[in-house]
Amino acid sequence: MSFPWAKHYEPTHPFMQWMDQKLPLPRLVYNAIGAGYPVPRNLNYFWNFGVLAGAALVIQIVTGIVLAMHYAANGAVAFDSVEHIMRDVNSGWFLRYAHANGATMFFIVVYLHIFRGLYFGSYKAPREMVWLLGVVIFLLMMATAFMGYVLPWGQMSFWGAQVITGFFSAIPVVGEPIRQWLLGGFAPDNAALNRFFSLHYLLPFVIAAVIILHIWALHIPGSSNPTGVEVKDEQDTVPFHPYYTAKDGFGLAIFLIVFAVLLFFAPNMLAEPVNYVPANPLSTPAHIVPEWYFWPFYAILRAFTVDFLWVPAKLWGVIAMFSSILLLFILPWLDNSPVRSTTYRPLYKWFFWLLMFDIVILGICGMKPAAEPWVRMGQIASAYYFAHFLIILPIVSRIERPLPLPNSITEAVLAKHKAA
Amino acid sequence: MAVVETDPSANAGMEDGVRRRDFINIAAVSFAGVGVVAVALPLVNQMNPSADVLALASIEVDLSAIQPGQAIKTSWRKQPIFIRNLTPAEIEDAKKVDVGGLRDPESLEARTKPGKENWLITLGVCTHLGCVPLGAAAGELRGDFGGYFCPCHGSHYDTAARIRKGPAPKNLVVPEYAFTSDTVVQIG
Ligand code: HEM
Ligand code: FES
Repeated sequence: MSFPWAKHYEPTHPFMQWMDQKLPLPRLVYNAIGAGYPVPRNLNYFWNFGVLAGAALVIQIVTGIVLAMHYAANGAVAFDSVEHIMRDVNSGWFLRYAHANGATMFFIVVYLHIFRGLYFGSYKAPREMVWLLGVVIFLLMMATAFMGYVLPWGQMSFWGAQVITGFFSAIPVVGEPIRQWLLGGFAPDNAALNRFFSLHYLLPFVIAAVIILHIWALHIPGSSNPTGVEVKDEQDTVPFHPYYTAKDGFGLAIFLIVFAVLLFFAPNMLAEPVNYVPANPLSTPAHIVPEWYFWPFYAILRAFTVDFLWVPAKLWGVIAMFSSILLLFILPWLDNSPVRSTTYRPLYKWFFWLLMFDIVILGICGMKPAAEPWVRMGQIASAYYFAHFLIILPIVSRIERPLPLPNSITEAVLAKHKAA
Repeated sequence: MAVVETDPSANAGMEDGVRRRDFINIAAVSFAGVGVVAVALPLVNQMNPSADVLALASIEVDLSAIQPGQAIKTSWRKQPIFIRNLTPAEIEDAKKVDVGGLRDPESLEARTKPGKENWLITLGVCTHLGCVPLGAAAGELRGDFGGYFCPCHGSHYDTAARIRKGPAPKNLVVPEYAFTSDTVVQIG
């Protein structure tokens, strides 16, 4: 859909007219990200991160495909082939650092993108499907990142694979057979490494397909905006091109500068040194930590240390960790407030920032060794995480009196203009 | 479509509102379904451990050099194995425990061979998420119960390698093994 005042695609050049009859691809682009797509006039920079996530995916696919030309997925040589990329392959160090730090950049922008959705209530009707597909993308990204991290076959790769596939053995009865089925053995080895490589190559293309659905679903109601008030008439919008192509282009330049700084000046800042030690199945590193983007979830996994309700601690941990993400699937139905933007929700605003603080605490606990005070802190923070979504959010959205909303996007923009 | 629906011959032989076409539909879709399952089975099954991985090479270990209080680490089916020669004090510790109160109740006798209860042979794979616990090599931490300690998420095992504290649900697994002589054991 588009708004009735959207500009129509009218090719003038004979070639473009011919093309429009045979394969109307230019028409699709014009209506999706061109002058034919009206977008709220007041989007702030938080609306850049969707495009940046797309850019990050392209960077991962391009660098990944060239790395695969030099990498060998065999336990005997995998580690050496990565060192070969670093030392011998022309520009190999650049490509590998770009791919490794590209994953970090990808997660940074996606986390900001999710933050935007949470703060501005983008997950609410009529954009629930956009949100649900986003959570699917997030899960796929996590799976892809995990399997990619196994490929260099260093100590952290190996033990990460052991611990993560170990989650499945928590399932009663069928758990251990499932784990062996996933690994193709009793412990991570060649079979596991090979299939992880195969899937690590495949999943980004699956992600690309889900992104197409994500954007398709978005283009039905169109983007939300910082006020959360829906578009009412033509005044409230501007054409995507040139307004947001320019704004996204500017955002992309900033993104690339940050990426370049990380890549050229601190490429190992977020890397675990122990992953430069080849995998050794007989010795676990003293302190196993996942990549930074998994820390909060790792803290939730470790929060259960005693059995209760006849369910072993291990199974509780795994259930809690998966639920912490799956909760996002029901978020649109947990938050009943008709107001989207947190800006107009005086009570919820406090809890929103408390949740952000809680997630940071979880991240810190996930990074630290399993010792006090981190275990206890992680337990409290995990409990709060669930309480936020399952108790606080439904209650707050019922009892809160929101601030008056502006009558339209244009009114909000002009009021801000006057105040300034 | 419309033409077919109104064609009287299409309704020939129609009883109870069931047409021949319905039968063909169900038969064709069912047959295709069987085909999908038949193809999916090998696609799923190829992920299971392959024959060479399953060919569990058994290993023989000579225990004569392991002094009481010492342990060694070796590898079987690509997994670490701990072999520990318990001291009399450690055996006594393990026996003192009230078995019924354990998370995974098993006595030391049930976890060792008769007359050889000083030889504690287990997988060195934490039953939580699979790290290799510490405590087999000299000088490593042995946890609050003097057996093994898994640093990954803090599981403590006692001198019979039974889980006593921390997130692991089970005792360290005792593999199948047999003594082939007084000092040689065959695992697997
Ligand atoms: C590979 C990852 C992703 C890509 C490439 C991507 C791409 C995009 C793009 C291009 C947009 C429109 C521009 C914008 O609003 O920023 C968008 C909107 C949106 N995305 Fe994503 N996305 C990704 C992941 C996610 C995830 C993980 C979530 C949530 C869990 C999510 C939730 C949303 C929502 C709710 C919107 C609509 C926002 C609004 O209009 O207010 N996305 N996405
Ligand atoms: S793997 Fe041993 S405590 Fe988690």
